[in-house]
Amino acid sequence: MKFGLMVSEGPYTHQASDTAFKFATAALEKGHQIHRIFFYHDGVNNATRLTEPPQDDRHIVNRWSKLAEEHGIDLVVCVAAALRRGIKDEILAKGFRISGLGQLVETGIQSDRLVVFGD
Amino acid sequence: MEEETSGTVKKFMFVNRKAPYGTVYALEALEVVLISAAFDQDVSMVFVDDGVYELVKGQNTKATGMKNFSPAYRALEGYDIEKLYVDEESLEARGLTTENLLVPVEVLNTAQMAELMDQQDVVISF
Repeated sequence: MKFGLMVSEGPYTHQASDTAFKFATAALEKGHQIHRIFFYHDGVNNATRLTEPPQDDRHIVNRWSKLAEEHGIDLVVCVAAALRRGIKDEILAKGFRISGLGQLVETGIQSDRLVVFGD
Repeated sequence: MEEETSGTVKKFMFVNRKAPYGTVYALEALEVVLISAAFDQDVSMVFVDDGVYELVKGQNTKATGMKNFSPAYRALEGYDIEKLYVDEESLEARGLTTENLLVPVEVLNTAQMAELMDQQDVVISF
């Protein structure tokens, strides 16, 4: 099955991006495809390479980059939500790109299931 | 604005659950809904829980310094987004009736709402 994911909350504050990551990993292990992961609302904060968690904690941002690289997943950050929150091209982590909300609608159309991770 | 996605038309439902100004969800939900109109999809909007407050008439945000985006709900019709559904229980629990709302809506009970959700291809909740 082809999945699209939407992440609506920022990293560390909220469980949403951890759950989305676990879901994506599990789905890929089962042989499903992840078409795109769309970051919206505070979810755009998953995309900044300025993130530096303590050494003994998971690195949520790098984890996304690695997953995207290994499985060719399109990580898209909503431009309007990103600009509101100071997320710009120059601070994007590897594998992320900034684009419009149309990419979310497109994922809804092209995926078999769109799964929303948020509050 | 027109973008082609191989002519597929899916049933999209946007579920609005939050009050309009306490968090950004309502405003950013509206932004998605307006974009979805450009893709010629079958779009419905649902208002449940505190989401019903998004449609209340006479919103005045002056003192908060926030933008009053409620007029945008009136503009939805111009984007061919005319399927607006409100949860009956949520309205009643907040002492509201459709008279208090700024756009025409269809009021559904819980069972009807569940049935409508079941018919959708894509449900995005805010």
